[in-house]
Amino acid sequence: MRWGRFLGFLAIVCIILGVTAGTSMNVWKTIRLGLDLQGGMDLLYKIEPPKGQALTAAGKQALLQAVQLRVNSLGVASPVIELESGNQIRVELAGNFNQQTAERVIGQTAQLQIYGSVVQKNGKWVPDPKAKPLITGADIRPNSAQVGQDQYGNVAVDVEFKDKQKWANITKKYLHKPLYTFLNGQLLTAANVNEEIPNGQTQLTGNFTVQNATELAKELNAGALPYPLKLVSSMNVGPTLGMVSLRATLWAGLAAVALIFIFMLMVYRLAGLVADLALVAYGYLTLITFSGMHVVLTLSGLAALVLGVGMAVDANIITYERVKDEVRAGKSLQSAVISGNKRALRTIVDANATTFIAGAVMYWFGEGDIRGFAVALMISIVISMLTAVLLSRAMLLLLTRSGAVRRPWWYGAKREGVKA
Amino acid sequence: MKVHFDIVRRRHWFFGLSLAITVVGLIVWATMGFNLGTDFKAGSRVQMDLGQPVDIAQVRSMMNDAGLPVGQDAITVAGANKQTAVVRFPQVLTQAQVATINRLEKQRFPNQHGSSISTVSPFVAQETSRKAVWAVLLASLFIVAYLAVRFEYRFAIAAIIALLHDAFIVISVFAMFRLEVDLTFVAAVLTIVGYSINDTIVIFDRIRENLKLTPPKTYHDLQELVNRSLWQTMTRSINTVVTVLIAAVMLYLFGGQSIHNFTLALIVGLVSGAYSSIFIASPIWLVWRGRGLPRGEAEGVPGA
Repeated sequence: MRWGRFLGFLAIVCIILGVTAGTSMNVWKTIRLGLDLQGGMDLLYKIEPPKGQALTAAGKQALLQAVQLRVNSLGVASPVIELESGNQIRVELAGNFNQQTAERVIGQTAQLQIYGSVVQKNGKWVPDPKAKPLITGADIRPNSAQVGQDQYGNVAVDVEFKDKQKWANITKKYLHKPLYTFLNGQLLTAANVNEEIPNGQTQLTGNFTVQNATELAKELNAGALPYPLKLVSSMNVGPTLGMVSLRATLWAGLAAVALIFIFMLMVYRLAGLVADLALVAYGYLTLITFSGMHVVLTLSGLAALVLGVGMAVDANIITYERVKDEVRAGKSLQSAVISGNKRALRTIVDANATTFIAGAVMYWFGEGDIRGFAVALMISIVISMLTAVLLSRAMLLLLTRSGAVRRPWWYGAKREGVKA
Repeated sequence: MKVHFDIVRRRHWFFGLSLAITVVGLIVWATMGFNLGTDFKAGSRVQMDLGQPVDIAQVRSMMNDAGLPVGQDAITVAGANKQTAVVRFPQVLTQAQVATINRLEKQRFPNQHGSSISTVSPFVAQETSRKAVWAVLLASLFIVAYLAVRFEYRFAIAAIIALLHDAFIVISVFAMFRLEVDLTFVAAVLTIVGYSINDTIVIFDRIRENLKLTPPKTYHDLQELVNRSLWQTMTRSINTVVTVLIAAVMLYLFGGQSIHNFTLALIVGLVSGAYSSIFIASPIWLVWRGRGLPRGEAEGVPGA
């Protein structure tokens, strides 16, 4: 019995268990959870440029900025806004907030238009088709819109135009004549101009509640979108449902890991213990990697990790079966462990490389959920190569060389007599 | 080593069995298609965790009050405790309708855990299915290339046949039992592709090694060699599939509702993957590789 090596082995065991037990809860808290786990919404918009108008790179940037501005006005923590497939914009908002308002603020443009003449069509007042709007929402000074009150105490939205002179000229020209204000094509108000307005300010009224006045102010402040957006797909997950899924999947994963631990201990005994410890290290390193690379953990990603546990165990099984072969061939336990490890390595590399390729293709082609799965799969393969090959091999060699055990029984092997 | 039963000699049985499942599945698939989820079919999917056993009539009346009347078969019950209701709509719900559903759910079902609602427009649905098919084909292509370099082309082709076999079996099972096919199903098929190849390679690696140790002179030698390799790796094949299955079954039984179909596809695929590596891939390689060799001792079953 070589105590130095045995103590070395024990030291590794203590480090693995100690570090994992001590810090894993803190690391877990830093991991960003996907929408399916913490609730939120995922909106996919298609950019639809008007006919005859090309979608330019600069235009797309401007659009992204405009969307960003709108999302920020919602006050949702760490939103994700990205351009996808060249002509789509994905917005991901996590957490608990009013999902209906969010969608309206992001995708809709408040089209404010003020006309000097109207015509009646199908019983509804519409802008005079021959006239151009005198002034529009695009002329509003950014961040000037706010909720206020009119002289009768009704809720109103105060706005200020960028070009004070332009508004002064309009109000001068239409003095004692009506101006028609349209919001998104609907007549909002028709009111006579009582006096010339020199300071660029005006007030929008029309049966507002505090809530929709606030939304209108936000929409006006966000400015116009360079291109119209069309919502093509959406996903809303309630925050409670996300938590229920997370808890269920975590418990399932825990139960699976516990069963695998027992299985490995029963089949491979001491070597199984080494494999189990390597698994603990695998779980911990995966957490660290997710936290360090800021990978978002989704439900399918969680499934990939639990599957990764199976693959990590497979590397150990391949090795141990090799060791058993070598013992059967009459080798001593120590030389069996050494040559078994060496022979198993090539198999493990080839097997994992192909799975990795599948993961890479998924990442390349997939979107959303599939991507989350692919990332988790690739990370788990790389880490399982480190823990199930390097770490568990080093531990097994240390343990074997310490001479703590000599009978192959301890590694789940049987000597069947010398066989070529 | 103990005397084991001769796997490769009975290969026709295994080929036949797999062919039968695949053909039946493909016929069902060709005539009735998949039970496509909203990811591939435009529309909306509302999944509600009610926190109490689902009463379909109650859910229907709730949708009626939300101004969204649905038929009897648009509502399905899911989940281990039958507490999850899944409602499908052919139309794309607006955010206002989504809000109404959420509000009514809170009103009618006090124990509810909220909902998960997804909508997909026809454009996105089409794009998604196109990408899914390409992903599987491209993944196979890259895997063939890797294997052709690391092993030889016959191993690569045999492995791909086993892989496609597994994908087909999973597709067949889902088509036959009318299980919902959504985006996670694609992820599952891709995982199976990865796992199946992983499983096959461990066996092929042993065959490759044994070929170097004892180069076969006759077909009979080769057949012996393949049989030997299969049995040498049998414990590993079984132990590995057992551990991965433990993980998949636990996720299926206790994991979140949204990965239910995903894990079911995985379980079917894992079993099929382990089976095809042993009973399909290796015999195919044997038949192909053995064509140039003299027969040697009688084989029993006439050559394929």
